Amino acid sequence: MAILGAINPMLSVGLDGDNAWRLADYVKRGGYTALRRILEEKVSQGDVINEVKKSVLRGRGGAGFPTGLKWSFMPRSFPGDKYVVCNSDEGEPGTFKDRDILRYNPHSVIEGMAIAAYAMGAGRGYNYIHGEVWEIYQRFEEALDEARAAGFIGNDLLGSGFSFDLFAHHGYGAYICGEETALLESIEGKKGQPRFKPPFPASFGLYGKPTTINNTETFASIPYIMNLGGESYLEAGKANNGGTKLFSVSGHVNRPGNYEVPLGTPFATLLEMAGGMRAGRKLKACIPGGSSAPVVPAATMMDCTMDYDSISKAGSMLGSGAVIVMDETTCMVKALERLSFFYYEESCGQCTPCREGTSWLYKVVQRIEGGQGRSDDLELLASVTTNIMGRTICALGDAASMPVQSFIKHFRDEFAYHIEHRKCLVPVDVQRAGSGFFTATA
Amino acid sequence: MEIEIDGKVAQVPDGSTIMDAAQQLGAYIPHFCYHKKLSIAANCRMCLVQVEKAPKPLPACATPVTNGMKVFTHSELAIKAQKGVMEFLLINHPLDCPICDQGGECQLQDLAVGYGGSASRFQEDKRVVFHKDVGSLISMQEMARCIHCTRCVRFGQEIAGVMELGMASRNMHSEIMTFVGRSVDSELSGNMIDLCPVGALTSKPFRYSARSWELSRRRSISPHDSIGANLTVQIKNNVVMRVLPRDNEEVNECWISDKDRFSYEALNSPARLGKPMVRVDGALREVEWSVALDYVSHALKDVVGSSGADSLASLASPHATLEELYLLQKMTRALGSGSIDFRPRRRDFSTDGKLAGVPWLGLRLSEIKDLDSALVVGSFLRKDHPLFAQRLRQLGKKWGKVSLLSVGGDDPLIRLHAQLTVSPADLPLALAAVVKSAAQLRSEAVPAGLDSVEPCASSQAIAKSLVEGEKSAIFLGNVAEQHPHAAQLHALALELARLTGASCGFIGEAANSVGGYVAKALPTALNAYEMFAQPRKAYVLLGVEPDLDCHNPQQAVAALKAAALVVALTPFSDGAVREYADVLLPITPFSETSGTFVNTEGRAQSFNGVVRPFGDARPAWKVLRVLGNLLNLPGFDQASSEQVRDEIIPSGEGFAGGLSNGLNGVPLALPVTIGGLQRIADVPIHFADALARRAPALQKTRDAAAPTARLSAPTLATLGVTDGAQVRLRQANGEAVLTARVDESVPAGCVRVAAGHASTATLGEMFGAINVERA
Repeated sequence: MAILGAINPMLSVGLDGDNAWRLADYVKRGGYTALRRILEEKVSQGDVINEVKKSVLRGRGGAGFPTGLKWSFMPRSFPGDKYVVCNSDEGEPGTFKDRDILRYNPHSVIEGMAIAAYAMGAGRGYNYIHGEVWEIYQRFEEALDEARAAGFIGNDLLGSGFSFDLFAHHGYGAYICGEETALLESIEGKKGQPRFKPPFPASFGLYGKPTTINNTETFASIPYIMNLGGESYLEAGKANNGGTKLFSVSGHVNRPGNYEVPLGTPFATLLEMAGGMRAGRKLKACIPGGSSAPVVPAATMMDCTMDYDSISKAGSMLGSGAVIVMDETTCMVKALERLSFFYYEESCGQCTPCREGTSWLYKVVQRIEGGQGRSDDLELLASVTTNIMGRTICALGDAASMPVQSFIKHFRDEFAYHIEHRKCLVPVDVQRAGSGFFTATA
Repeated sequence: MEIEIDGKVAQVPDGSTIMDAAQQLGAYIPHFCYHKKLSIAANCRMCLVQVEKAPKPLPACATPVTNGMKVFTHSELAIKAQKGVMEFLLINHPLDCPICDQGGECQLQDLAVGYGGSASRFQEDKRVVFHKDVGSLISMQEMARCIHCTRCVRFGQEIAGVMELGMASRNMHSEIMTFVGRSVDSELSGNMIDLCPVGALTSKPFRYSARSWELSRRRSISPHDSIGANLTVQIKNNVVMRVLPRDNEEVNECWISDKDRFSYEALNSPARLGKPMVRVDGALREVEWSVALDYVSHALKDVVGSSGADSLASLASPHATLEELYLLQKMTRALGSGSIDFRPRRRDFSTDGKLAGVPWLGLRLSEIKDLDSALVVGSFLRKDHPLFAQRLRQLGKKWGKVSLLSVGGDDPLIRLHAQLTVSPADLPLALAAVVKSAAQLRSEAVPAGLDSVEPCASSQAIAKSLVEGEKSAIFLGNVAEQHPHAAQLHALALELARLTGASCGFIGEAANSVGGYVAKALPTALNAYEMFAQPRKAYVLLGVEPDLDCHNPQQAVAALKAAALVVALTPFSDGAVREYADVLLPITPFSETSGTFVNTEGRAQSFNGVVRPFGDARPAWKVLRVLGNLLNLPGFDQASSEQVRDEIIPSGEGFAGGLSNGLNGVPLALPVTIGGLQRIADVPIHFADALARRAPALQKTRDAAAPTARLSAPTLATLGVTDGAQVRLRQANGEAVLTARVDESVPAGCVRVAAGHASTATLGEMFGAINVERA
């Protein structure tokens, strides 16, 4: 099974694990009809973009920026090279959806990118696949070979006169290369470090040329939008949140995995699909959009529906759709320590607040967890996060700060307890009982 | 566009940043990574300012001005952001300014006073960064001080053209380092010391020898290459401790070469000559000035009296000052001899007497950036002229089409339009091919004598770039001047300039390569080559070391050894001069005398001495003036070097008059190609003059490695020698044994053997025939 469960699915329809990813299977599922129709009927570029705008497809990589609007920023009349780039550098802790899209439905991404390239007049595309999933990279290369042989990419697509070539590029596992300008630097063969913006990639992107970068799932959704029509796609979700979305559910649930549900589906429904809480324990908190999103306490979370607006109202972000579920056995200090370590480790080191600030945050949280907390540490953490946020070149500084701020905001008593008593509020044996790694013996 | 910064309004051009506007207004915004000559990194975040309507503070260095923008650099938001960044910068920075070499001239220290807290909230362990050994020029001993501004990295990428330093690793473990085991000593790398805003990169020869507030700053001019870089010389207790660049946008911008920076060590060298010496019974003895001068004046009179004035020749270094060159030629001529020259590395003097004026660059240095195309003929560009090459590098990065036609295939680190590397003998032919292409492109008659030349694709490309460029230039480098057919190269370059509308000029070898012409230190009898080819009875040498500085050192040394009288005015007592000189007169280097250098663009730059003379050494202009008096010669009564200068250029400082590269009556006549193995002699950057040769730090760099015999693999194979083998090189009566090295950039049939080094001083002509065999 590719996707563990779905409600009114699109992307995951007809997928059969490793058995149905090939071109023939994709064509059987109706694949490449959208691209064929657009090329044969010579649908105008503007109409393609309008259809995407109508669908209110919002970027699936994390920021949730409307895709149609992003495409319209590309200078279509620019005479030189233009690029479309797919961001498959899925490094956000908790997220594992793009991996499965590329593994089980790679041609949807290829078709989506070809349509995007057509709409923006780009002649060349790259799919940047992150370093830890080598077999996915190899499969994507195979899919590219199939598509190239069938004439869906390459010179003069299906005799239309439009040419688009697509290449896979794999990274070496730096989280920062998921930041779009760092990703471009990495493709160019340089050190993956974000660029200062402006200029934005739409005017100065890959090799200094206009470039549009979208997430894997965004591109994969394009063929379905073209086939269904923008309005039907929008209706499949909810107002201002078009379509279905893949959610990577992980943590203390019985069936962690990817689930495709329409945007606007209640969180409770998603949790139920994932088999409910492990051992019937109580939900304590949930990070609804990958590790960069602020944590949401159980009560608020159970009232949310899974869409950009509802989660934003709850004070967090839908982000990449990585739902990290934590039950009552979780020590929130320990959880934050692990998150802070990640951002400290993955900061690119380019700009001062992030380079120095993320290490400072981690060292302080680590000290609290280690029983060496000081009474003014929470105040210090709050101050350091405000000094990082909004003062860095890219969003990693913000991403590192938000967990710290939200964990302390919602679970201040646990941190205070830790500092005062030099131990966890949640007893260690309870933590171990709740963990999948320490069973029974605790 | 209009912008308001802290209530002050400025008009700035489109595309300006807030930082540009602030500088225009004189408003200071704190910064570390921003530098006017480097690309914008926006990584230190120190320049965050508040911009009206922006929700977050924005970096002034990277934020473009929009019309009507209102910026607040001292608002609460801005100050809070700047203080926040300063706190981050300081958490891992060692707070031990009192023992830091940068203390007192540290941007971080200065700004920490304004923006730093009085106590640190950071209670954790600080980052530890290991030191690195990157050679003899730059110390990377205290890398924990680095604040990751990447100025040094960007300098390498953008200005020096070679990325010697990079930032490896990520997060707070990011480190500035070299590629494994590499040193940092390209010809411009010392500038990174100035760029480093903290004490991470410091000067290895200088560090911990003085505090910045103990140093006095004096203005001076570089005595090395023809750029005439403006210097700030820092002294303590009458000793030159350090040399730094002085900003002059028109000359050296804010850079100097490593030679300019580190050669000061030679000023304090133990080899300095502090007392006049006279050879008595075969040995040099220290004597008083009065004795030495008396001896010299009598000896010179004796030689002239007994053997005629023709038996006297004077040779000066082109690194000597204008005043020295002038007085030397005046004295020599007054004694009746016309054998005076200042161009010891020249071979072909047939343009002498046919020059329309003083040869020079042909345009101002500041005009280089506006060129559409440029052709450099015969130059080891990077090492001969580091700062000139830097200007061409910036040109190549923009739209300019820079081409190089030379005898060495060294990478100039410039984005080249075309590069042609030929043997020295083929250099005139290759230039003729460009001339012919240009004539064909312009549909003009091919100049007579060039019919048989066959232009190749590269020469056509070069000609095309020159013809099409609205403003283009041809530059003749050191090789073209030292070449056995220098006159033909000059004439061909002029013809090419005529056909393409380009300017034409000489880059010039030394600080006073133009000044020597202005001072008229030119032969009316024997020139620098002939005076040794036809040995004289007496020689006066001014700052020149003929065994290292002459086109044919073998011939020069033989003539000097055979001469009855050799008077050497020199700052140094070591070297071959001890073998042939009868009198050593201690003169002062540039740091201890006033004088003038006329740089390649004709700019006369006068300077004062910065320290008192070493020992009994005296400025050479004074020595020559007194000699003139002792010899009862007229016109030697100047009281200051300024009076001497005003005799030569009445206008004083400014641009010298009479600059022209024109030739009268030199017809084009292509030389006949010779067969056999030819020598290519470059003058390695740190062997080029007496000061650089005696600077210990420079002598430990890669550029100062002992010369090898470099040949292409096929040439080496025809000789039956393998890479790394010892070979015996022979020219005329001399030989040298060197290691053979494969170097594919050396043209076929040539062997590249550096000049200017003791190990090759036994050899002959720089571009002559040479014999190579297994040693």
